[in-house]
Amino acid sequence: MLDILKSPIVTFQEFILLAGRATTNIIRRPFYASDVILQMDTIGVGSLPITILIGFFSGAVMALQMSRALSQYGATGQVGQITAITLVREMGPVLTALLVAGRNASGIASELGSMKVTEQIDAMRALGTDPVKKLVTPRLIATCFTLPLLTIVADFIGIIGGYLVAVPLLALTTSSQYWNNAWRALEYNDIAQGLLKPLVFAYIISLVGCLYGIRTTGGTQGVGRATTQAVVVASVWIFVCTFLITRVFVNL
Amino acid sequence: MPRAATERTCVLRLENISLSFDEESKVLDNVSLEMWTGDTKIILGAAGAGKTVMFKVALGLLRPTSGRIYLFGEDVTDYGENRWFDVRARIGVLFQEGGLFDSLTIEENVAYPLVNRYHKTADEVHPEVEESLQFVELGHTLEKFPSELSGGMRRRVGIARAGISDPDLLLYDSPTAGLDPITANNIMALIIQEREMRNATSAIISHRFQDGHIMANFRYNPESKRLEQIPDDSPLRRGTRFVVMREGRIVFEGSERELDASADPYIAKFSMMRSAH
Ligand SMILES: Nc1ncnc2c1ncn2[C@@H]1O[C@H](COP(=O)(O)OP(=O)(O)OP(=O)(O)O)[C@@H](O)[C@H]1O
Ligand SMILES: [Mg+2]
Repeated sequence: MLDILKSPIVTFQEFILLAGRATTNIIRRPFYASDVILQMDTIGVGSLPITILIGFFSGAVMALQMSRALSQYGATGQVGQITAITLVREMGPVLTALLVAGRNASGIASELGSMKVTEQIDAMRALGTDPVKKLVTPRLIATCFTLPLLTIVADFIGIIGGYLVAVPLLALTTSSQYWNNAWRALEYNDIAQGLLKPLVFAYIISLVGCLYGIRTTGGTQGVGRATTQAVVVASVWIFVCTFLITRVFVNL
Repeated sequence: MPRAATERTCVLRLENISLSFDEESKVLDNVSLEMWTGDTKIILGAAGAGKTVMFKVALGLLRPTSGRIYLFGEDVTDYGENRWFDVRARIGVLFQEGGLFDSLTIEENVAYPLVNRYHKTADEVHPEVEESLQFVELGHTLEKFPSELSGGMRRRVGIARAGISDPDLLLYDSPTAGLDPITANNIMALIIQEREMRNATSAIISHRFQDGHIMANFRYNPESKRLEQIPDDSPLRRGTRFVVMREGRIVFEGSERELDASADPYIAKFSMMRSAH
């Protein structure tokens, strides 16, 4: 029984240690600015098209689903409000994070994993570079910076998607009512949790990717294993954390 | 310019090093090893014997479970990563898997130790980098990436990078593994040249008994630019020792003659004379 628990606990401990080191490195020299920019490009710009696509359809599908439920109560006018709240609080952050986890936690894990099995990470340490500073911290900074932005894009495009379904397609409400409702529905509380979540998810995605990459053993097979594990673990933690954060905000 | 080999100091000493990754088995079991200035160690052993792990312990890349590490006369066992960086600056290393950075060109890879440690610019170190790449006959590949080179060429880039910062201790992990005999012999010739030119202390891991034989019996003659037999009374010969590892333990240490004379079948496997028949 203890043995089953041992490995996840050790992993969690390593995660916390890595998070600590990567975070304190943000303010320590040397800074690898070009690595940060490169990572922002692959993580942020690279994920933008698919974020837009997913954001649009999640908003659209939500409006579709709501149209039936709301018409039962004769409350179709509320569609803007409901779409906005669900997107900003939950769907936007979680869907974007899952997307980026699939794209980038795997990418990070496989990249660092290949570096590990070809002894590039050992070589780095042998030649005087701290791999946490050079590899982990830039990925952490880049993800923390781009994921909230991507989430905002997804939220916004999602609300537009909802609008296109609710107004031109189904004529549930008028254009101005939709936008008014959507805008007024959002409180500071929603915005706060809508931005806190992506920040937490950014930590999970980048550090889980890095941790599983750096721990890779067993050649190219090990890289494949690390990649899969990173995506699964990151996705599970995204759901666990969104639950915990929501739990806190519901009480506020 | 060869460094004066007058004072002999202890470059590396491993003292009763043990290391295990899990509870069941020890990867290193009470390993002790000493290297003095100018020594050459040839480390032999079957796959999985713990040779690479021993190198990584000596570099501070893996922490031993017990035992002490001395480098250049200092007890470095409990050094933190930052102090290890200073110690490692005096060691040149060729990794078994190459360890060349995929994302950097050959020139940047070889320049890395100088640029990173001494904060020089790429332009400042360019002549040095070019020279050391010419030494390994790869002067024309500066702009290429490691993935564009053959296995033997990558190995040579690794040798150039290991030697560029003029280290006091050179570690080569399996420099000839997976290469054809001709390429392998060329690589060995380079390593011997490097040893003579820098007068560095070197250790080499190998599967091939020929490598040890060449290392122990030949030296580089800069005048004729060829390898020649080492005279019997040369100190170089005396400083060359064979080490055989088996399942995490050092089971043999001695000269080539002693290796040839060993009665143990595992040890004799690595003897050039005995395996030839
Ligand atoms: N990071 C690690 N985690 C767990 N076990 C490891 C690790 N590194 C090495 N080992 C184990 O330690 C043992 C010795 O490995 P090592 O790489 O030193 O062998 P080697 O003598 O270099 O072999 P080869 O000649 O094939 O390179 C092997 O059984 C290997 O499985
Ligand atoms: Mg090895």
